[in-house]
Amino acid sequence: MKITEQEVRRVAELANLALTEDEIVRMTQDMDGILSHIDKLSELDTTNVEPMSQVLYDAEETATLRADVERKPLGNADALANAPVSGQGYFKVPLVIEK
Amino acid sequence: MTVDSIRADLLAKKTSAEEIAREALRFAEAENPKTNAYLTFAPERALAAARAVDQKIAAGEEPGPLAGVPIAIKDVILTRGLRTTCASRMLETYIPPYDATAVIRIEQAGGVIIGKTNCDEFAMGSSNENSAFGPVRNPVALDRVPGGSSGGSAAVIAQGTAVLSLGSDTGGSIRQPASFCGVTGVTPTYGRVSRYGLTAFASSLDHIGPFSRTVRDSARLLQVMAGRDQMDSTSAVAPVPDYVAELNGNIRGMKIGVPKEFFDGLASDTGDVIQAAIQTLQKLGCEIREIRLPHTPYAVGCYYIICTAEASSNLARYDGVRYTRRSEAAGTLQEMYRKTRDEGFGAECKRRIMLGTYVLSAGYYDAYYLKAQKVRALVARDYAQAFGQVDAIVGPVSPHPAFKLGEKVDDPTSMYLSDIYTVTGDLAGIPCMSVPGGKTPDGLPVGLQILANHFNETTMFRVADAFEQVSSD
Repeated sequence: MKITEQEVRRVAELANLALTEDEIVRMTQDMDGILSHIDKLSELDTTNVEPMSQVLYDAEETATLRADVERKPLGNADALANAPVSGQGYFKVPLVIEK
Repeated sequence: MTVDSIRADLLAKKTSAEEIAREALRFAEAENPKTNAYLTFAPERALAAARAVDQKIAAGEEPGPLAGVPIAIKDVILTRGLRTTCASRMLETYIPPYDATAVIRIEQAGGVIIGKTNCDEFAMGSSNENSAFGPVRNPVALDRVPGGSSGGSAAVIAQGTAVLSLGSDTGGSIRQPASFCGVTGVTPTYGRVSRYGLTAFASSLDHIGPFSRTVRDSARLLQVMAGRDQMDSTSAVAPVPDYVAELNGNIRGMKIGVPKEFFDGLASDTGDVIQAAIQTLQKLGCEIREIRLPHTPYAVGCYYIICTAEASSNLARYDGVRYTRRSEAAGTLQEMYRKTRDEGFGAECKRRIMLGTYVLSAGYYDAYYLKAQKVRALVARDYAQAFGQVDAIVGPVSPHPAFKLGEKVDDPTSMYLSDIYTVTGDLAGIPCMSVPGGKTPDGLPVGLQILANHFNETTMFRVADAFEQVSSD
């Protein structure tokens, strides 16, 4: 096995997912399947290969910078329009710090 | 109907954009129960856009290159004031506060957006069975999948319920459904079309691209969308050529590469269609050369590390605070995050978030993410070397034609492996497309994939157009 149920539980915590017991069992099998395939990458010697983190093209360094001029922002009402709970111009969340 | 035929009819006053829009909406709504390809219709927006086109024509003004053309938009692309769900319970009621740049450019060009199309949840899937609002059925064979993730956008073209549509492609999500539904689908060079307003799945791989009946129509739609956008710092500054003007039908003497690796694991019914298509290109005067893309067998593993890692970061924003859904069961802040995400995301999204979180977690970064970025460089290098010898590359899109609904849902690894011929183009960031190549003995469409070098959409379109001219049924 490439991954254990215990590791899957730890990853679920990191990812902020509340998985059920059934989901944990199934997830372990599924992740094991794809991780076993991914193992194939270790066949390749990549010692002197530069990682490709972005698709970039030849352009001047500043070519992608916009002019530094004022732009109208989205606005408070539009930004909050999809909030499940909001008030007084803010997103509201459950109490974080007790008084 | 095509972009050109609509334009001709409008300018000749044979019909009006409003009439076309009303008929398109009526027909699309009537036909939709067969396929479930549309999630939302936009009658008010469509009619307003159509009337604006009619007014311009009446005033003798240029109505724009997409004047009066009914267009459907994949529901991962934001439309201001028009519900955009990403086919997820998480965003079931989300109303975007702004338009994607591609949407703005389409409407400025006179295009008429008639609705939003179904897809795999957050564009994750190869069959459209991961939609929270039910799968899409393939119009060619209703018991089969349309492909994914842009299944709805391919289906509306095959069904004739839109003339153009927009999809998004991260690992094959435009080309594979185009192949399965027998339509044309284009993944442009990475950065050619702004991603502003495309809901982020894997930012270094995501593209917006067109679907259409004809190559010419896809070229017209790309023309309108392509070009630098200040709202997307990865959008390319390279000048945009006139794609349609370059469609001269002449591909004589062009060197076409056929990668040996694209024929490993290929179903025989698909392989026969692709071989016949290659012979057609040869008859058109192309010089066919066998080439090697030796890192292809590593591409799926590489892709599923990079795309899940990026997805796990991008989908962290759906936490119950800003985007419509919050779990009713939430007591503490932590519970709110977890329960909202557990209730809002479907199984495939959770699988990818989990895999992505795992490969980025402490101690695994070098073994997985960094390794995958290096393998990505090798895949890109394969293409760079190949384009030193050939002008374009052709091959299959998918190892098999459209499969039956439910046939593969229980085996995610096997579903991932079927992306083998499409992920390499995305990893390298090159333009690639699927054009109808022919049919299997069972009558299922098979797409011919055509790939070209960065920003060489012109060559890709020219090959596709010349092939289409001799292969149309």
